[in-house]
Amino acid sequence: MNNFSYIQADKAKEATAAKRDDKSAAFIAGGTTLLDLMKSNVENHDQLIDVNLLPFRGIEMTKDGLRIGALERMSDVGAHPLVAQQFPAVAESLLLAASAQLRNMASIGGNVLQRTRCGYFRDTAFPCNKREPGTGCPALEGDNRNLAILGTSETCIATSYPGDLSVALIALDAVLTLENAKGKQRQVPITKFYLLPGTTPQRETVLEADELIVAVTIPQTEAARKSKYLKVRDRASYAYALVSAAVGLEVQGGTIRAARVALGGVGAQPWRCSEAEKMLVGKPATEATFRAAAELALRGAKPREHNAYKIEMAKNTLVRALSEVAV
Amino acid sequence: MSAPTTPAPLNPDGSRRTFMKQAGGFLGLALAPPFLSQAERLTALSKKVEGVSTISLKVNGTVRSIRAEPRVTLLDALREYLDLTGSKKGCDHGQCGACTVLVDGRRVNSCLTLAVMSQGKEITTIEGLAKGDELHPMQAAFLKHDGFQCGYCTPGQIMSAVACVQEGHAGSEAEVREWMSGNICRCSAYPNITAAILEAKTKMG
Repeated sequence: MNNFSYIQADKAKEATAAKRDDKSAAFIAGGTTLLDLMKSNVENHDQLIDVNLLPFRGIEMTKDGLRIGALERMSDVGAHPLVAQQFPAVAESLLLAASAQLRNMASIGGNVLQRTRCGYFRDTAFPCNKREPGTGCPALEGDNRNLAILGTSETCIATSYPGDLSVALIALDAVLTLENAKGKQRQVPITKFYLLPGTTPQRETVLEADELIVAVTIPQTEAARKSKYLKVRDRASYAYALVSAAVGLEVQGGTIRAARVALGGVGAQPWRCSEAEKMLVGKPATEATFRAAAELALRGAKPREHNAYKIEMAKNTLVRALSEVAV
Repeated sequence: MSAPTTPAPLNPDGSRRTFMKQAGGFLGLALAPPFLSQAERLTALSKKVEGVSTISLKVNGTVRSIRAEPRVTLLDALREYLDLTGSKKGCDHGQCGACTVLVDGRRVNSCLTLAVMSQGKEITTIEGLAKGDELHPMQAAFLKHDGFQCGYCTPGQIMSAVACVQEGHAGSEAEVREWMSGNICRCSAYPNITAAILEAKTKMG
């Protein structure tokens, strides 16, 4: 790992101003993604700005929903009774992710900013449009078993966000609070936070250089209370999702009144399935309905040589997840 | 260079005086840029760390100081600077768990933790578990159940297992397997490790 200077910020403005003034700086909270990538030379920063002393903590119910401070750790949020009872998909997405050690370290803000596990991105011996724009994408014709089938482009087919939490957050319409070096805050729905690769796969989110994630707020709904995160992996635990589904249903008298559907592991970003949601509302909560919704959700899929299996796997994952929350 | 009012944030016993004493001794000898007074330099260094600095770590109850760059991980600080080689370097990327230690009672991967960020915290390594010649119940259970072959992952397994029990995640074999999944054993001693943890749980109180 190349050397860097280190500063521990006491105030948000100090942190965001330091980042604004040094284009090569990065914030560090848990460091689990950042140090991994810096050791691999995928990211290089001449300054790390420790944000752990900033007051972006707390897990509390507000009028807008559950507000989670960006510096809360995955393990603490996943185990919190409010999260487990009112937002089970969020709790499950956190506790099925990574390992107990990493969950103790990783912050919520950092989790949302995880970077792709695409092997070509992570190995600097290969070209990569995301890492070095314009150099090419070996994944298109290479090993693409773990990569995306929805929202990809000819420059990048990575599942840009490889994690779990944001899949649940996208399904449940969470809102991110961002703060910049002027001390100004803005609210960004997480559905508008991630950017599709297009011709600029290096630009992954709408976060500006001097902005810090301060909090995540999840609206409290019946569909959130009856939600689930289902994760399919190569091994039973401690692996990234091949495919995952975050779903929530509000069912009255056997009829679906509200539906939330998102997929992980298949999209260039965490993938909200809006068409499937619209189709579900007003229909009977039966497996036939769920199967039709799954077909709709995967309709635009563009598989490559090694990842066509994800289409059927994603459909089955969705049907099972929806069936389980419909009970 | 930053405001002189900022408190020294990272000294382990909470005393700015101790930090200044420790830092001043070393810095006066080695690091004095000619254009700054010592007082100015100490204030700046308590804020922004560049190059080698004094890092104080409280490991197994004892505060020890090293001179290291910010990029030095807690794992390297333990192994290469403090000669505590019980914690192992397996993957060095947070994937294997061999480097697991407790920081303020929570299990973490020390390979993805910076030493400079570990100041002021209680660090417990495998060397800190036994009381003299009396093994920790988890160590004794690993011996009894043969919870290893080559032994390389064992210190990480044991530290993770102690935390797993303390967290209340050792209620059943399935629960242990799920909550210990961050510790990989290439020799695949998993059944014995699981048995050891379930037994140690009954003796840890």
